Amino acid sequence: MPVSISHLLGLEDVSAQDIGTILDTAETFKEVLERPIPKVPTLRGTTVLNLFYEPSTRTRISFELAEKRLTADTINFSKATSSVSKGEVLRDTIRNIEAMKIDMIVVRHSAAGVPLFLTQCSDAAVINAGDGKHEHPTQALLDMLSLRQKFGSLKGLKVAIVGDILHSRVAGSNIHGLLTMGAEVMLCGPKTLIPPHIHDLGVSVSYQIDQALEWADAVNVLRIQLERQKSGLFPSIREYHAQIRRDAPPYRTTEKEITIMHPGPINRGVELDSDVADSDASIILYQVTNGVAVRMAVLYLLANPEGKVE
Amino acid sequence: MNLQALKHICLKNAELVDPVAHTRQSADIIIKNGIIQEIGKIDSSFSGESVDCSGQVISPGLVDMHVHLREPGREDEETVETGCAAAMAGGFTAVLPMPNTDPPCDNQQVVRFLKQKAEKELVDVYPVGAITKGRKGIEMAEIADLYQAGAVAFSDDGSTSSNSLVMRYALEYASMYNAPIIDHCEDHKLANQGHMNEGVMSTRLGITGIPNAAESVIIARDIELVRLTGSALHVAHLSTAEGVELVRRAKQEGLPVTCEVAPHHLLFTDQDLTGFDPNLKMNPPLRTPKDMDALMQGIADGTVDVFASDHAPHSLEEKQVEFEAAPFGIIGLQSMLSVILKTVVESGALSLEQALEKMCVTPRKLLNLPVPQIKTGEPANLSIFNPKAKTVLRKQDIKSLSHNSPYIDMELSGKVYGVCNKGLMYINK
Ligand SMILES: [Zn+2]
Repeated sequence: MPVSISHLLGLEDVSAQDIGTILDTAETFKEVLERPIPKVPTLRGTTVLNLFYEPSTRTRISFELAEKRLTADTINFSKATSSVSKGEVLRDTIRNIEAMKIDMIVVRHSAAGVPLFLTQCSDAAVINAGDGKHEHPTQALLDMLSLRQKFGSLKGLKVAIVGDILHSRVAGSNIHGLLTMGAEVMLCGPKTLIPPHIHDLGVSVSYQIDQALEWADAVNVLRIQLERQKSGLFPSIREYHAQIRRDAPPYRTTEKEITIMHPGPINRGVELDSDVADSDASIILYQVTNGVAVRMAVLYLLANPEGKVE
Repeated sequence: MNLQALKHICLKNAELVDPVAHTRQSADIIIKNGIIQEIGKIDSSFSGESVDCSGQVISPGLVDMHVHLREPGREDEETVETGCAAAMAGGFTAVLPMPNTDPPCDNQQVVRFLKQKAEKELVDVYPVGAITKGRKGIEMAEIADLYQAGAVAFSDDGSTSSNSLVMRYALEYASMYNAPIIDHCEDHKLANQGHMNEGVMSTRLGITGIPNAAESVIIARDIELVRLTGSALHVAHLSTAEGVELVRRAKQEGLPVTCEVAPHHLLFTDQDLTGFDPNLKMNPPLRTPKDMDALMQGIADGTVDVFASDHAPHSLEEKQVEFEAAPFGIIGLQSMLSVILKTVVESGALSLEQALEKMCVTPRKLLNLPVPQIKTGEPANLSIFNPKAKTVLRKQDIKSLSHNSPYIDMELSGKVYGVCNKGLMYINK
């Protein structure tokens, strides 16, 4: 089944049907990944540009792997941006892309809106691999795929997102995607790390981790950038650790077992302790595998707008 | 250029609108050597040139008291000459350039330079001097010197001094010359290097927001300083509901506080930012529909004194980038009258006379400038426009060196025919 979108810029305006199609397609690619030779010729002849303006080892490798598994031709461009010249660099790069006749662009940039900007000046299908604090749709899709595998359905599922919501594009995309698929979302973290007016998106907010844990079926623990403390958003790492991280006992002593997720890489002992991260309740490593399958699905669906399958 | 000397000319069949007396009359105006010679019906013995102004309104010349002409320092973006061309095309006969140039207008030389550059222009250019040296907010600039060279008001526009003592001294010092302090009210720390309004939209778009309080805390501080000093304060580009309420209460107390609103805050809100268009990035940022309603309420009840464009030219290279990297500001001289007609007059919030008062009479009064009058014996300082016509601002019609406008290709209200001033007439072609 085809999807109705021609780019994946975020999950805010993606329908439940399209999200369902992407997740279903990812399931079939997951089978491909389990074959002895995990490679299909689906995207042969398609050129994908990986445009990474911000360092991101995990997301970049996951996309590259997905492209290789689909036999796409890939070009990698990574450049750390200086704040002064970033506008200049981006415009010049777009001109070059236009000249090179690229079919798809996977883009990561520190500024929100750059993927949309690319769609305005290029004919390629654009996939957002994270833009500023805005969205990171493939991460949210892989989170949803992991939850769907564990719980069977997302409908009615209670998902708490814990930590630095303010700076998190992962939270942004997860909120839109989960709500669209009928899940409930609670955000939890220090008030300074929860964006104002976020209630208007249809989520609930708690500042008490115990309250969130009691409510949730699954917890998506976000990575805390240690430098946020220096900008005055919370008083100390020690206090954050004590308030937000929960070591094994609280997770285990609640009535139900709470599923643990994390977009990685984990600051072990800061937002999550090792015995929780590595426990049976954790699906963190499934998320990584699902990441490749989800990205294969997105690449495949956007490269085949008519939904024709070879 | 479409400039001609006002030697002996008759503007026929126009509707004269006087925003001082709130009167309207249909009449012809005969101008001789730049002076209004006669108002009434054209004499059969009239030997000069006549211009048919049927359908046009003639008002005393409009003033835009908040513009950026970028000269000296960024002549690639705008100059006194091109800024004046945009002003004429927009129906203005006077502008106040803000001092955030390079070098800043914090010394006599820059004021004199601007005055000299403007001498040959039809448009009156009244420079605004900086409040503090280098606009750094630390030490008062030479306000007396600047005033004597021709500065008519003082502002550190683009920034706010966080030092309340400096602001107190500046208010006291400038009041000796009857010159108002125009404050760009923004608590920069609280604004937190934001790029748009803080609200549900900034959360959805993942862009750091500037809360309303970044504006209102400084307005509140400044009002307390006015209470302390008794000096006149003008709040630049008011954008928040809280700010309107603070100014309203200060006025009720009888404090000498005035304020202006920019047209873009009456037409756009942060809801329009879904496309990350850098031409909708301004400071103060586009706020919420609730703030827009409060501004309209303030306009209707007289809390808002002045309309000013905050004309801020930026080069294509600077604006055609990702939203977060783009500078704040849009050009506005050529679209201001049209946007005000569309948002304020057509909605019925103000009559045409009342709207013109905020672009002609009130700004000059609070700046202690003479208000032009349409009277026999007075110099012809006039704006001529058709308020009923519809216009579309085309890119090729823009007189500014910069084209950073969200109004390009939008249908707006009213069409400027031309302006008269300093013995010259300009007609938009
Ligand atoms: Zn300003």
